[in-house]
Amino acid sequence: MANTASATASVGHDEEHGHSESFWSKYCFSTDHKIIGFQYLFTGMAMGVIGGFFSYVFRMHLAFPGSSVPFFGVVSPAAYNSLVTNHGTIMIFWVAMPVLVAALGNFLIPLMIGCDDMVFPKINRLSYQVFLISAIVLICSFFVPQGGFGGAWTSYPPLSSNPQYNGTPFGAPMWLIAVTLEIIAFLLGGINFITTLMNARAKGMRLYDIPMVVWMIVIASILFMASVGPLVAGSVMLLFDQTLGTTFFDPAAGGDPVLWQHLFWFFGHPEVYVVLLPAMGVVAEIICTFSRKKLFGYKMILYSSIGLGILSFFVWAHHQFISGVDPRATYLFTTTTLLISIPVAIMLFAFIGTLWGGSIRFTTPMLFALAFIAEFLIGGVTGIWLGSSGTDIYLHDTYFVLAHFHYTFVPIAIIGTFAAIYYWFPKMFGKMLSERWGKIHFWGTVIPFNGIFLPLFILGAAGQHRRIAGYTAYPDLYTENFQDLRVFATSSLIVLILFQIPFFVNFIVSLKRGKKAGNNPWKANTLEWVATSPAPHGNFGGNLPEVYRGPYEYSVEGREEDYWPQNEPSK
Amino acid sequence: MLEYFLPRASSFAGSIDQLFDIITYLVMFWFTLTLAFFLYVVFRFRHKPGQKAQYITGETHRQKMAVEVPHYLILLCDLVILGYTFVVWHEVKIDMPEPDAEVRVVSQQWAWTFYHAGMDGELGTEDDIATINELHLKKDAQYTYHLESLDVMHSFSIPVFRLKQDAVPGRIIRGHFQPILEGEWDIQCAEMCGYGHGFMPARVIISSAEEYDAWVAENTPDHLKPDTAYAQNESEKKEASNNG
Ligand code: HEM
Ligand SMILES: [Cu+2]
Ligand SMILES: [Cu+2]
Repeated sequence: MANTASATASVGHDEEHGHSESFWSKYCFSTDHKIIGFQYLFTGMAMGVIGGFFSYVFRMHLAFPGSSVPFFGVVSPAAYNSLVTNHGTIMIFWVAMPVLVAALGNFLIPLMIGCDDMVFPKINRLSYQVFLISAIVLICSFFVPQGGFGGAWTSYPPLSSNPQYNGTPFGAPMWLIAVTLEIIAFLLGGINFITTLMNARAKGMRLYDIPMVVWMIVIASILFMASVGPLVAGSVMLLFDQTLGTTFFDPAAGGDPVLWQHLFWFFGHPEVYVVLLPAMGVVAEIICTFSRKKLFGYKMILYSSIGLGILSFFVWAHHQFISGVDPRATYLFTTTTLLISIPVAIMLFAFIGTLWGGSIRFTTPMLFALAFIAEFLIGGVTGIWLGSSGTDIYLHDTYFVLAHFHYTFVPIAIIGTFAAIYYWFPKMFGKMLSERWGKIHFWGTVIPFNGIFLPLFILGAAGQHRRIAGYTAYPDLYTENFQDLRVFATSSLIVLILFQIPFFVNFIVSLKRGKKAGNNPWKANTLEWVATSPAPHGNFGGNLPEVYRGPYEYSVEGREEDYWPQNEPSK
Repeated sequence: MLEYFLPRASSFAGSIDQLFDIITYLVMFWFTLTLAFFLYVVFRFRHKPGQKAQYITGETHRQKMAVEVPHYLILLCDLVILGYTFVVWHEVKIDMPEPDAEVRVVSQQWAWTFYHAGMDGELGTEDDIATINELHLKKDAQYTYHLESLDVMHSFSIPVFRLKQDAVPGRIIRGHFQPILEGEWDIQCAEMCGYGHGFMPARVIISSAEEYDAWVAENTPDHLKPDTAYAQNESEKKEASNNG
């Protein structure tokens, strides 16, 4: 079964190789999974710059209320809301999703399972095209009359459904259309990931020989597909409310605004794990390679992540503890929420178990992977205060929440992404990134990141609510001490932004003049390192690898080498 | 720990603070231990020339225990937190004590209107006192509040009470609090409600019974004051005819 699928796909490639490709067909309309991966990666990074710019603008405004923000101007309350809303939306849907799920999935899955492309390459290309359109619609929504949507990324009706309330008759529907298109793009991509993994694995690759990152991306895709249905229904209803005047969510005519919250969070919470799991997978790959260790408890991690995925469908209402749903429901949702700490802890302990007894090399990707574990730990434990409905009464919608989820999202979407880029760059482009600049970038990212978000825990504990354009109106909270903390957080952000310059310079310079990478610079086991760097269209030059063992056979006793590639026959 | 930032001005604020502290101690203990262990492992097993990594699968019983035992301990902590959470949640959101007084809180873009019972002590009568962005409360009285919204979702948040409740258009949500500290503090809107969401501040003013009664008297128009038997009879009559 596995072989027939990949065999037919490779015939298709041989035909394509017959004629030379133009720039357009090679880079813009390619069906090659790697090129589509790059397209997702670069679009995601570009959107990351926009989303990051938004956070710069509103953080500057919070630190220096009322003054003009360089490169932007004075931030009006409407602009503030729109910046916050679109920052959140962009970071989750147009940065974390495309980079961690689509770019990594596209680039890695066929290479790591030893086939030559996705099973449905054209659907794959369509997926990126729909995604690109969604990004364009979103960006256009900032420039329509009355500006972009500002009702928070959660988009609760009736604020979001009624232009009379949100004041953005064009921005709001465009925001919603963009999100819906984005979701459709990921449905198309996810179909490919799941089918490809199941049908096109290299000869000899059993289920437990699949590298963890591939498992994680595929489990994430399944989670996404299983959770997104209600949201699609909900967004169509919301779009009708916005444009046709239906009243699904309008209580004035028999609708229910809380219904949207259920539909949204039924998707929204699993969504966190959709982006978390691939990042966890990246970390698993990297810590094995650079501690020369077998992954500790492969099956334990795999089953924990499946358990985590299932459990994540039963926690959505912890976002709604105080939203007016039956207060007795919180007993159930507090319980399921606190139970989530267990699979997450198992995964983190397994990572520490992997490091135990290792021979750890502090390369740049490894530093990012280790930082992921430490920072994510903070994000994970602070969830307990919020998962407990009793303290959530106080902490809900404060900066404590904000700090908590940034301590999970920034490790996932920023630290995890950098780890992946530093680790797979040699395979992507055939060149090495400069380690020295990589390390400067690492410290310049991780230290100020804590400087931004640690103070926000304090502001949250002091009762400061999020999404508030300025605290000047609140005498208890607009005090000098707190304002100093806000300035400190904003300054840390500026430092963090400045330290991204070495990364971009390193990226471009190494692309041109970096050291040649060779096929397997890290001496890793998985199949992508068998292909030449960069891998050609068709990946393995027509010679699909065969698999003889699991992906993490490092430091096997009685072997000269401390690694044992999956495709090397045992003898 | 929270009282370091804001005083506890409601009867249940102490319970929420205590739950917060319990979680803090448990979480900080495990967090510190885990982080220290992690850093120790990273440092201890750093690469040294000539030393090979060990081959450990994590599949043997003993190795699995290394992960299982900590997660039983976490489960135990979870249960402690859960138990205490249930108690606090019941106290704040489920239990509804018999009220001494009632207030009606109406939110809209972007202001709060508070309806206080007038001198007759009843909400929904002619002598109700409506204020904008100022909630007046009598210390130590047990209140029931009725929360409404006229347009979008808002959220009624009094940080010194540790209280928060979303206002859902089309519903009246009831809850309770008992102010225990005299003073004046912020009320915030905690749910994104449009352009003015950041500028929907209100104040809660808690005064002693005498001061509160004086405030009520001052804000009641003369013809509604029950200072003569005649007036009282009149207003009772009026009420009876209203109800009929
Ligand atoms: C290091 C860069 C980042 C900074 C400095 C930053 C800062 C902030 C701040 C200060 C807010 C709250 C503004 C307010 O409530 O008034 C916010 C909101 C948010 N951020 Fe970030 N953020 C960063 C990266 C990210 C990433 C990587 C993600 C997700 C992958 C993310 C997701 C969100 C979301 C979902 C919101 C909530 C938006 C809403 O309230 O509707 N942020 N960010
Ligand atoms: Cu409001
Ligand atoms: Cu609001």
